[in-house]
Amino acid sequence: MSQTFQETLCRLWTLDRDVLAIAWLSLRVSLMAVGIGLLLGIPLGALIAVARFPGRGAVVGLLNTFMGLPPVIVGLVLYLALSRSGPLGPFGLLFTPGAMVAAQAVLATPLVAALTRQVVADAEAHLGEQLRSLRLPALRRAGVLIYDTRFSLVTAALAAFGRAISEIGAVLVVGGNIDGHTRTMTTAISLETQKGDLSLALALGLVLMGLVLSVNAAVAVLRGHAARAYG
Amino acid sequence: MDFVRRSFLTLGLLAAFATVLPGAHAEPASIVVASTTSTEQSGLFKHILPLFQKKTGIEVKVVALGTGQALDAARRGDADVVLVHDRPAEDKFVTEGFAKGRQDVMYNDFVLIGPKDDPAGIRGGKVDEAFRKIAAAKAPFVSRGDRSGTHSAELRSWKEAGVDLAAAKGEWYRDVGQGMGPALNTASSLGAYILADRGTWLSFKNRGDLTILVEGDPRLFNPYGVMLVNPDKHPTVKVKEGQAFIDWLVSPEGQQAIADYKIGGEQLFFPSAKKG
Repeated sequence: MSQTFQETLCRLWTLDRDVLAIAWLSLRVSLMAVGIGLLLGIPLGALIAVARFPGRGAVVGLLNTFMGLPPVIVGLVLYLALSRSGPLGPFGLLFTPGAMVAAQAVLATPLVAALTRQVVADAEAHLGEQLRSLRLPALRRAGVLIYDTRFSLVTAALAAFGRAISEIGAVLVVGGNIDGHTRTMTTAISLETQKGDLSLALALGLVLMGLVLSVNAAVAVLRGHAARAYG
Repeated sequence: MDFVRRSFLTLGLLAAFATVLPGAHAEPASIVVASTTSTEQSGLFKHILPLFQKKTGIEVKVVALGTGQALDAARRGDADVVLVHDRPAEDKFVTEGFAKGRQDVMYNDFVLIGPKDDPAGIRGGKVDEAFRKIAAAKAPFVSRGDRSGTHSAELRSWKEAGVDLAAAKGEWYRDVGQGMGPALNTASSLGAYILADRGTWLSFKNRGDLTILVEGDPRLFNPYGVMLVNPDKHPTVKVKEGQAFIDWLVSPEGQQAIADYKIGGEQLFFPSAKKG
């Protein structure tokens, strides 16, 4: 165990440009997926929070359940859809980074929507009286509340990013772990583990965690600046 | 300030989007090859593909799956070429019309691996006998259990040894349902017997107490075949590039590249294309 760990630290120094390319692909794919997740999930979550309609409780329950979508099932369903024999086959997306973005976006969107719904619902409980007295339509109320809670929603974005970049089940199935093309940090770690090169797998794991840490740190700094400027 | 920040964010997102969209920037000609975990994990592709790409400019994207899964992906039209090792399954693929023909490329062999102290006493014997002894001793055995070429070979071996696996199965028979590497990892930690292809074994690092106990029996012969997916079934198949790859693999140059791949001085795959 301790020997593996020592080797791991040595391997960290010898990681080459391939690893950088893989890390960059992981980052790009996950950021794209989170971007899509935010664009779809925030409005959706906020609308569900402010709108009153029959069956709302069931929708909220469903949304919360979708936070726990198993990635490998998402991967499998997308695989069948994107396959040349599937309904989306003509786009030729299977085994491309685009397919991985789609899979992670499917995972990120309900997570963002569910967290947004909670944050916006809490904010509405505080501001609801005032807002309702303005007699704004649901869409406008949602907009106001999203703006109001924008700093809290950063956490939703980070949660979605964390889920996307650490996920392997979906990207492995729809991406195919193709060397130099769709190999991400997680599929590379899995491959090295399968080859029995545990120290290299661990070294890659440390790189992945470093990557997540950097993104979180960058967001924290940005949020601090923004909060001072606009808070 | 707010405007600037937003524009930056938007631009960043758009740029990231552009880089992952297919066809957004000119890509070199490429084909998708569905192949097996043994060829990928043994490092063979990393050795030969750059040579092919240098010569033809065609990029080969390898999706490493079990043989059964690789053939399924090809049946669905998700690959241009398949390179696998399960002769009966390959012949079925051709009979079904998913490929117009199959060509020999190379072979390696399976090795029966187990713990150094060899509790079932199979060292140096024949394959049939070894499988019978393992079943009789109920010694731990790890099976791939994933419809791969190696899994098929293992099932054939039980049958040829006259062991009725369905009846003999028990706690000792661990069906892990994973690739060669993870199965070896499991065998290594359990001190179990396992059938492995020599290529993956040679490049496998986490051996622990495992060693080769039975090898060289003709029954352990493991041939690989290559097939171009039939464009009549799937018009999206890149016939020209795919055929170029197959032609190169069976050419003297491709065969030499395969023979040149060694780990620790030991050759992993032996060329077997018919000269013609």
